[in-house]
Amino acid sequence: MSTFLTEEPTQVTDAPVSTRLSSLDTLESEAIHIIREVVAEFEKPALLFSGGKDSVVMLHLATKAFWPGKVPFPVLHVDTGHNFPEVIEFRDRTVERLGLKLVVGSVQEFIDSGELAERADGTRNPLQTVPLLDAIQRNKFDAVFGGGRRDEDKARAKERILSLRDEFGQWDPRNQRPELWNLYNGRHTVGQHVRAFPISNWTELDVWRYIERENIELPGLYYAHEREVFARDGMWRAVGEVSQPRDHEEVITKTVRYRTVGDMSCTGAVESAAATVRDVVIEVAASTITERGATRADDRISEAAMEDRKKDGYF
Amino acid sequence: MSTETFLAGPDLASAALPTTLFRFATAGSVDDGKSTLVGRLLHDSKAILADQLDAVARTSADRGFGGSAGGIDLALLTDGLRAEREQGITIDVAYRYFATDRRSFILADCPGHVQYTKNTVTGASTADAVVVLIDARKGVLEQTRRHLSVLQLLRVAHVIVAVNKIDLVEFSEDVFRAIEADVQQVGRELGLGSDGVADLLVIPVSALDGDNVVDRSDRTPWYDGPALLEVLETLPAADELESHLESFRFPVQLVVRPQGALAPDAVAGGLDPEAYRDYRAYAGQITEGSVKLGDQVSVLTPGQAPRTTTVTGIDFAGRELAEAAAPQSVALRLADEFDVARGDTIAAAGTVREASADVYAALCWLSPKPLREGAKVLVKHGTRTVQALVRNVTGKLDLASFQLEPTTTLELNDIGHAQLRLAAPLPLENYLHHRRTGAFLVIDPLDGNTLAAGLVNDHPGDHEDERYSI
Repeated sequence: MSTFLTEEPTQVTDAPVSTRLSSLDTLESEAIHIIREVVAEFEKPALLFSGGKDSVVMLHLATKAFWPGKVPFPVLHVDTGHNFPEVIEFRDRTVERLGLKLVVGSVQEFIDSGELAERADGTRNPLQTVPLLDAIQRNKFDAVFGGGRRDEDKARAKERILSLRDEFGQWDPRNQRPELWNLYNGRHTVGQHVRAFPISNWTELDVWRYIERENIELPGLYYAHEREVFARDGMWRAVGEVSQPRDHEEVITKTVRYRTVGDMSCTGAVESAAATVRDVVIEVAASTITERGATRADDRISEAAMEDRKKDGYF
Repeated sequence: MSTETFLAGPDLASAALPTTLFRFATAGSVDDGKSTLVGRLLHDSKAILADQLDAVARTSADRGFGGSAGGIDLALLTDGLRAEREQGITIDVAYRYFATDRRSFILADCPGHVQYTKNTVTGASTADAVVVLIDARKGVLEQTRRHLSVLQLLRVAHVIVAVNKIDLVEFSEDVFRAIEADVQQVGRELGLGSDGVADLLVIPVSALDGDNVVDRSDRTPWYDGPALLEVLETLPAADELESHLESFRFPVQLVVRPQGALAPDAVAGGLDPEAYRDYRAYAGQITEGSVKLGDQVSVLTPGQAPRTTTVTGIDFAGRELAEAAAPQSVALRLADEFDVARGDTIAAAGTVREASADVYAALCWLSPKPLREGAKVLVKHGTRTVQALVRNVTGKLDLASFQLEPTTTLELNDIGHAQLRLAAPLPLENYLHHRRTGAFLVIDPLDGNTLAAGLVNDHPGDHEDERYSI
């Protein structure tokens, strides 16, 4: 005979005094719950890992979710070929430290084989979708963790924590499953997969406060450093192999840091003296401009730039 | 170009201090200014950053928006999808984030027109409080009654009614008091605020001009209550109200049993591989109540008698805790080596009773595919999903009159009552007292879509709330 539970509350005379969890503890607990649900319910999950701060936080949460065991899934990097060298170095070191398997989807290979064409503006962030979907299909990943946050963008604000993608990787924002309580429905049919966003409810400031509290290492370019830059589209662009100034663009040395890390050819730096994580927390708390508005040329194209990319299968 | 950043002042340092989290939702009818209110809250609490405001200002100007608030259509701050901006309506629940010195807020903005039940149920399911908007010129409408009825059904702890557009009735106290009386009357009919947990507050606001939204307005001198944001900053959150009144409940998500495969970083950090060779713990999130070392617990596995044992460890990523409470994610070690698996529930010992696989529940039907008697569905409760048969649909709630009508089918946005037979019994509890363990999803076995939100009732006849009994 099986059992149900009674309705009578237990006598909890010696209950501990209620101390509410801080918002960071609550968000951490929610994210770990989601990560464990996905691992328990899916055959083959993977975590999208770029070396950017959100994916680093995701990986940190995964190590906590399965402690003292290893993180039980591989990480997937969609490599634009336009990388900051220190981020690739950080990626490889992290993967080795945690004993993970790294799967790389390469934009360059798709360009070389003619399956993708270089864009007129030279940026490659929008080109990531095809290699991403290819890597998901080839590796038969049925769930892919992403570090997307709802505070990043208006389209992302409508995203579910478990977001179903069809055979073509497309997002249908008008036909999403309702998400109730903490019950996540990850059921999918063959060919479909799910994108999982455990830190959906975190803000940029939460991420930084968590990095500070947990003492999480990040690539050095998140902190103030001297760099040769030039001005373009209202941002400071780093001088690098894929990011060369045009004739009229003057190169100067500035103390800058990055708020996001992506394709070097379209990710801008901000002037900042924030050299430590505490400085960054204070700077982010005071910032009057969003991280994407500040540093991503590709998101400035239109009000619906992110929505359109997401519908095609982007994160 | 100059991305503005300011460095270290004492105020900013405190802005980066830890806060607690509060989740709330907004619900309203078409055109009662909900998106504007949300935009106002975000704008006045300085959660809108300069580039977002610029984008909205550009679009407002393109469309010739001439309202106050500096010519900015605040609704554009929340309407995130292209179709929403084009049609000037909100289609889907949107989540927004802002913080004050006291709290971090997660706001679920629930559209009020088509699919309002689906959206309100979704937003309210995780909310500590819900703000319902009323247009001061229109007063309590049938849709207001529907909204309040859904919130009562979902046991939302705090319901705040914002009487909006109070500027358009010349800040009239008479108008406000009449609406307030109507709201309180509906609340009494529904039993809102009568059980010592839920409460009902009514506030006069102008979302367009900001009266009583963030700061108290001097244009409503007859109102001596708090502004909306003050209320949101001070109401107790659901886990403050509930977590220590309830018995411990812990659905097992997975078993952590690394055997040889220990995390290399943990080993590098000094973890002794020998000591963890036989490590075995049950990972999950505490859904209700709290647990401490040495507590007696029962492991509930469908089809088996409860097995009682002792909690010998509460682990969290290398830290050993003496106690933990909802909503913490932890891993529990138990004294006895039982076979415990995902889908089992660990509960405080002595809080279990005999039961059957028959379930009586309210179903909020969220799918365009109607429910028919005899349907085979999946039920997801906690961490277990089982097959189920819908034996009877016993009634449909008329949300305006709060009466049950006879029916044999439920359609999109209907709330009805049904009897289900489960393939395996689940540790379901009465939703009236258990917002987590009394809730379940109904899933379509064919395409995997979510069909309904389920709220467990007791058997007909011993239901506390006779209005909803059959």
